[in-house]
Amino acid sequence: MSITKVYIGMGTCGLAQGAVEIQKAIEDFLGQKKMPYEIIPVGCIGYCSREVMVDIELENMPRISFCEITPENVKELMVEVIDNKNINNKWLLGTYKKTANYPYIFETPYFIKQKRVALENCGIINPYSIEEYIAAKGYQALQRVLAMKPEEVIEQIKKSGLRGRGGGGFPTAIKWELAAKQKSNKKYMVMNADEGDPGAFMDRAVLESDPFRVIEGMAIAAYSIGASFGYIYARAEYPLAIARLENAIEIAKKKGYLGKNILGSKFSFELKIKKGAGAFVCGEETALLGSIEGKRGMPSPRPPYPAEKGLFGKPTVINNVETIANVPWIIREGAEKFYAFGEKNSRGTKVFAVTGNVKFSGLIEVPMGVTLRTLINDIAGGVPDGRSFKAVQIGGPSGACMPAKLLDTKITYEDLKENGAIMGSGGLVVMDNTACMVDVARFFMNFIQNESCGKCIPCREGTKRLYEILDRIVLNTSNRKNSPDELLRFKSVLELEELCTIIKDSSLCGLGQTACNPVLSSLKHFRDEYEAHIFEKKCPTHVCSSMVKCSVVQEKCKGCSLCSKKCPQGAIYGKPGSPYIVAHDKCTGCLVCMSSCKFGAIIKE
Amino acid sequence: MKLKMKINDKEVEFKKGETIYQIAKKAGFFIPTLCYMEGYKPSGSCRICVVEDAKSGRLIASCSYPADNGMEVKTDSPKVRSSRKKTIELLLSNHPQECLICEKSGHCLLQELSKQHGISEVTFKGGAKKKNTIDKASPSVERDMAKCILCGRCVTVCAEKQKVSAIDFAYRGFATQIAPGNHKSLNEGKCVSCGQCIMACPVGALKEISHKKLVIDAIVGKKKKVAFQFAPACQMTFPEYFKKTISVDDATKKIVGALRHIGVAFVLDTCTAADITIVEEAKELIGRITKKDKPLPMFTSCCPAWINFIETFYPKLTDHLSSCKSPHIMEGALLKHLSKKLLNVDAKDLFVVSVMPCVAKKSETGRPQLNNDSLENVDAVLTTRELFSLLDEFGIQFEKIEDSDYDRPFSTASGAGKIFGSSGGVMEAALRSAYYYITNTELENIDFKSVRGMSEVKRASVEISGIKVNVAVVNGLGNVVDILEDVIAGKSDLHFVEVMSCPAGCIGGAGQPYGTDVEAIKSRMKTTYKNDEKAAIRCSHQNEEVKELYAKHISEHEAHELLHTKYKGDK
Repeated sequence: MSITKVYIGMGTCGLAQGAVEIQKAIEDFLGQKKMPYEIIPVGCIGYCSREVMVDIELENMPRISFCEITPENVKELMVEVIDNKNINNKWLLGTYKKTANYPYIFETPYFIKQKRVALENCGIINPYSIEEYIAAKGYQALQRVLAMKPEEVIEQIKKSGLRGRGGGGFPTAIKWELAAKQKSNKKYMVMNADEGDPGAFMDRAVLESDPFRVIEGMAIAAYSIGASFGYIYARAEYPLAIARLENAIEIAKKKGYLGKNILGSKFSFELKIKKGAGAFVCGEETALLGSIEGKRGMPSPRPPYPAEKGLFGKPTVINNVETIANVPWIIREGAEKFYAFGEKNSRGTKVFAVTGNVKFSGLIEVPMGVTLRTLINDIAGGVPDGRSFKAVQIGGPSGACMPAKLLDTKITYEDLKENGAIMGSGGLVVMDNTACMVDVARFFMNFIQNESCGKCIPCREGTKRLYEILDRIVLNTSNRKNSPDELLRFKSVLELEELCTIIKDSSLCGLGQTACNPVLSSLKHFRDEYEAHIFEKKCPTHVCSSMVKCSVVQEKCKGCSLCSKKCPQGAIYGKPGSPYIVAHDKCTGCLVCMSSCKFGAIIKE
Repeated sequence: MKLKMKINDKEVEFKKGETIYQIAKKAGFFIPTLCYMEGYKPSGSCRICVVEDAKSGRLIASCSYPADNGMEVKTDSPKVRSSRKKTIELLLSNHPQECLICEKSGHCLLQELSKQHGISEVTFKGGAKKKNTIDKASPSVERDMAKCILCGRCVTVCAEKQKVSAIDFAYRGFATQIAPGNHKSLNEGKCVSCGQCIMACPVGALKEISHKKLVIDAIVGKKKKVAFQFAPACQMTFPEYFKKTISVDDATKKIVGALRHIGVAFVLDTCTAADITIVEEAKELIGRITKKDKPLPMFTSCCPAWINFIETFYPKLTDHLSSCKSPHIMEGALLKHLSKKLLNVDAKDLFVVSVMPCVAKKSETGRPQLNNDSLENVDAVLTTRELFSLLDEFGIQFEKIEDSDYDRPFSTASGAGKIFGSSGGVMEAALRSAYYYITNTELENIDFKSVRGMSEVKRASVEISGIKVNVAVVNGLGNVVDILEDVIAGKSDLHFVEVMSCPAGCIGGAGQPYGTDVEAIKSRMKTTYKNDEKAAIRCSHQNEEVKELYAKHISEHEAHELLHTKYKGDK
């Protein structure tokens, strides 16, 4: 009897959904049946909304993937698959080999338009096993590179058109070249794994699911620039990623893929993990370097650029996780193949963490050049529950809100920039028609003003003032005690755009320079919403609570008087038995009446 | 190839690596700055010095950007002006508008900038830093963090120049603060009280712990006889109070006269005590060299911030410190203990005020091991600034009052005593007398020029009748670290090291007038050596008053008790 292999999605997303309990249940089930089995933990394949993934490989069968498995339904799944041999059940996602009977997983709607390069192995191989990585063509690239000259490697990267995936989009080969040219007794290779954008988790998934890949990528980069020491700067909030990386580094060292004289060559490379303490600004490269040096993470002026004078004053290249994850693929499969994806100066693929009001949230890797519409509607399944699409926030707090009319924008550095957005690191938050854009801008501004390092004046003081202005806009000053005075509110509004410009133009680092993008872009595309807040004191989507008024739908009201009794402001009047009314000048929009009404007669206005 | 760029359409040449700010300054284009400090790596944090790149329209911080060949910038375009103005407004929106009652008023860079940019209204309003969080716990430095604009100059000086790092940035975003290690008060950390942060602060967030009210109360209260003493470096600064060309002697006479006019009983010269210090210190040095009774090199002990530094960071090296008290404490000790004999006053009726160029001296008076018989040697320490402000407060009309001289027995000083305030001065004074004590003959050429000047570290070798004495003179605490490490490693061949915390010594002290810059310090240094040159006697051991004090009043036992001290960490 051959061994039954069970692969369980055990990235942070899978674990959060109960992967450990599922594993236990499967072990119990197969144990009772006395079937020889092997449980293989894998990372995240990116279909986060349908976790937990359980793949089962039976005798003479391909590996078959089932999704939305929970500790509750796992036994049922096992009974169906193992006992009843019913593969075509409601959990079936697809197979890993094309067959006549079942859908091929990479041809299902979620995957068919994706092109997996950085995520190649994610969710497929065991992140603890170097053998599995090698079986998936791992370390072929490094082997090839060690037979090449460093400048030849850089040439390949140049040919591939790879640009930094952390947000800035700086051509990777140029960075490497600059550092390679520096004459120094020591150079450093640093990987930025301080992923901090709200809603972004691309890097985490790669680190958790395919740690050997980034180690290989780092070694290739280090070889190219002549560095013998490297750091992975990972945020401490990613304990699982760090644990898997540590494990991978240890194994790679033992097997000769890291450390002294890698694979018998003259090239040596030590790699260390440095845990970040969770400051958003440490994603900025000069702040990140400061943090590694043990200083407070505060950006410093450039030039000098890190490639000339970086970590401990030595030439340093800093690349994002996704950038590094692309490197082994480019070397292995060829720069031309990578260059073939995308258009103009945007080549290869890009991973997005799609969240918000979409049917399927998760990680989606697409070739550059597909449109936002394809990404959101075709792959992520569009906006659910019969609501309509309103905006997509791309690029995190430094990014922009793009309205429906820009959905046909192609995902390239150029097209996004042209439309006032940025590629960013890959955070993509989809919002439907219930979102208030002023509130969204205010949310991001609050994030930024909290995360500003406090060094330069425009960012430290400016973002706080900007947040306060937005806060005043969403406050209905006319019916609040201690409300800010009306004149201040209007004066503030007049300053809004100029203040954004100052912060953008004069801030020290990228955080400040892009801090106003959410405000500027929402102002550009949703000006009417701002105006409704400011002039009519109305929030069109009824999100901003101080602008919400409750009303009683006269036809639905039974006159039970409950709302009137519950209203803390005493704003609801009427006679029991006949419909009640709300006095709007007293209503504060607390919505107590709404939650107490049994007839759904209260609406927001 | 010559590098060229255009500033406001004017073509200028520059050297590789020069920043736009430096080039513009040379070419006569004014660019305002706030966080920038000459001689330090620019932090680029205030964004006041932005200029516009004519080609891209980008704003660039000129202080930190090394110019590119062919670059074109505008220092005063509408974009630049509006950016600067709004940046200042942003700062003002989070700064207490208390100029009327702020000590720094008139010397405040923020005040100057807002005037310069014609700011008449602060458009931004909202939350502000917590008020009433004044930290007065340190004996020397008072911090009002509501006024702090987070330029980081104090942090830079403390870390880079002094290598103390008693303060740093803490918290994030709008809540960012400059804070000592424990986030509470400066006295519970590593602060050595040098006060250079005060000199770096462009606004009124940092100042000395003031003893001015204490002193004025003593003067006008009339319960005690008040005795003032003036440090050498303060005297070299006195002419600046009169804002006209006036000699040190004349300026001093006027200020002595003014103090008598407002009721101060005695005014004395600390330079006399400086001469006593040299007599003691030179003997100690010879003892260490010839008898080898204590380890070498010997370090000077006049600078209290340096004492704090070595006690905090190198406690094992305190036996290298000269056991001599600093001059003003010696003078205070002698005045208090011999008060009846010297001034015909009971010690309990005497209130001694030291006027010092220094804020660390305020912490020094609190050292328990300096006080004998529970008599405070010195009751209050005024900085030069505080003295000037005290004179202002009394509205002295100098033209109507008589000039006056110091009171005996601390009224005359040798040239050696006068140069104490300049980096290298103590060293030179000690060498002059050491030569005499070793050889019993007077030096012919008494100028030791190799230990003079503005350099931060000066080394020299002096031969005194066959004994080679290696000396080093250091100003700026950070510069002494290498020497200390050498001493620990046993690699040092030095015999005598003078250490002063402040740039160029006490003349660049943290108690000197606000706005003290390199030029002001250079000028004070020049004045110092001019005064030495024209002094009647130039060696401490020749000072008749000092000789008389030793002959009549100070026994060997008293000298040991009153003029020497111990340090934390001493066995």
